[in-house]
Amino acid sequence: MDLHETLIWIAKASYFLAAVLFILGIKRMASPVTARKGIVQAGIGMVIATLATFAITGMHNIELIVLGIAVGVLPTWLWGKKVAMTDMPQMVALFNGMGGGSAAAIGAGELLKFSNPSSGEHALVTVALAVLGALIGSVSMTGSIIAWAKLDGRMDKRFTFPGQQVFNFLVFAAAVAAGLALIFWRVEPWLIVAFFALSLLFGILMTLPIGGADMPVVISLYNAFTGLAVAFEGYVMNIEALIIAGTVVGAAGTFLTQLMAKAMNRPISGVLFSNFGGGGGGEAIAGAQKPIEASDAASLLYMAEKVIIVPGYGMAVAQAQHKIWELTQALIKAGKEVKFAIHPVAGRMPGHMNVLLAEAGVPYDLIADMDDINPEFKTCDVSIVIGANDVVNPAARTDKSSPIYGMPILNVVDSRQTIVIKRGKGTGFAGIENALFYADNTRLLYADGKEAANQLISELKAIEGGGGH
Amino acid sequence: MIDGFLALYIFMLAAFTGKEIIGRVPVILHTPLMSGSNFVHGIVLVGAMIALAQADSTLAKTIGFIGVVLGAGNAAGGYVVTERMLEMFKSSKDK
Repeated sequence: MDLHETLIWIAKASYFLAAVLFILGIKRMASPVTARKGIVQAGIGMVIATLATFAITGMHNIELIVLGIAVGVLPTWLWGKKVAMTDMPQMVALFNGMGGGSAAAIGAGELLKFSNPSSGEHALVTVALAVLGALIGSVSMTGSIIAWAKLDGRMDKRFTFPGQQVFNFLVFAAAVAAGLALIFWRVEPWLIVAFFALSLLFGILMTLPIGGADMPVVISLYNAFTGLAVAFEGYVMNIEALIIAGTVVGAAGTFLTQLMAKAMNRPISGVLFSNFGGGGGGEAIAGAQKPIEASDAASLLYMAEKVIIVPGYGMAVAQAQHKIWELTQALIKAGKEVKFAIHPVAGRMPGHMNVLLAEAGVPYDLIADMDDINPEFKTCDVSIVIGANDVVNPAARTDKSSPIYGMPILNVVDSRQTIVIKRGKGTGFAGIENALFYADNTRLLYADGKEAANQLISELKAIEGGGGH
Repeated sequence: MIDGFLALYIFMLAAFTGKEIIGRVPVILHTPLMSGSNFVHGIVLVGAMIALAQADSTLAKTIGFIGVVLGAGNAAGGYVVTERMLEMFKSSKDK
């Protein structure tokens, strides 16, 4: 072997090592005990792969490569370090969009090479995968940027216009036609430009009409898209590590997207091609919401043995998770059994609520998934619902005319007493009245989440202090 | 160049691996895991680096440079946010 061959061998061996580290890393991220080690392991794999690549690139354009890495790493690293935990979903969307854009750029570079007549004949499958990866990567990039803008509150409204679906389909068909022309006709520069313009435009159009609550599913889908795009461009570039890492992410992301869509009772096609029915439907509910004062709510908690707390995204918006953990500690100290019940789609992504609670210091063994906790509501003395609405609405089980009928819910309605902490009488995201709020054993504590938790803590202290212990 | 069928086998096996891995993940780790897998496809950086190294025209260099910047951003940003999220997962025994 000469030096050049030896260097390539070293790089390929490092890619193999990196692929092993990625798979082991993701596997370790699957358990709370080893998750931290998992990401560090995957990180080591990335560093090894990146450094080894210099063995292949040699000194050619090295100053540009180093500059590009510096420009890419520094701002994202610093930004990622300081962003608030509630904003994590949009950060994932943004970084995912960057990956999609990078895959699309590789595709563009390869197609540009193919368009040079002196580059000779190209295998059909190579051109086809370059085109496919570029299409998927482009859609993932612009789509993720729109998702980021929506989640970050820079773009509130769903953007719809008459004939939108037909228009979107035509743009998609035109992008595919341009792609097919590149594959089967010839690779012309103007055609490459048209193909990318259409693909990037389609990513924007596809994401515009999707509402904020469906964004987790969409981000997860684009995450899988980017993985696939990376795998396809990996084939074109002849780098096995890209094929393996990209495919693993593509498959895992697709599966995760299905899990999420199922938890929300929304078929993926429904998320992408129809707008969420904004309100309407469902039976009218008789009765009235019964308010409760913080002092009475505290006595209910004082007399309870088992308390289940059901947090929703509203809790995070009110930044109440730290106060809720303080309240939980006070209850545990008073000898109560306290658990947190998390709906799979509470928060903005599955598991987002767990991250927010973990940030406040809640140990993960106090947090239970829906399937584990649902039978326990029957034996629970008091449930506290804070900032959650649609995921505890019994209409999903009982009312066939309700838009959320069939969605799995937390069976809070089974508990002996329920305290709902809410700012006002409004409905949840789906715009549907919640029968739980009108139930005989439900009391509403109208307050801001943080304020309510504060009041409950001090009222509990007052009861304990005055109770003659 | 990787033989077509060999690539297909790699693709198939990696796809099953991806599905198997995530099938055992508890819901509480879904967001960190999505973020973690988002980091892993940052390996695209390696492809972009090689593409930029092979570029000779100004246009090709520009495209390659964009690819490297975006790929590096994906990898670095993805790592930081995942690490920050996972850092917070502690059991009550750890405290």
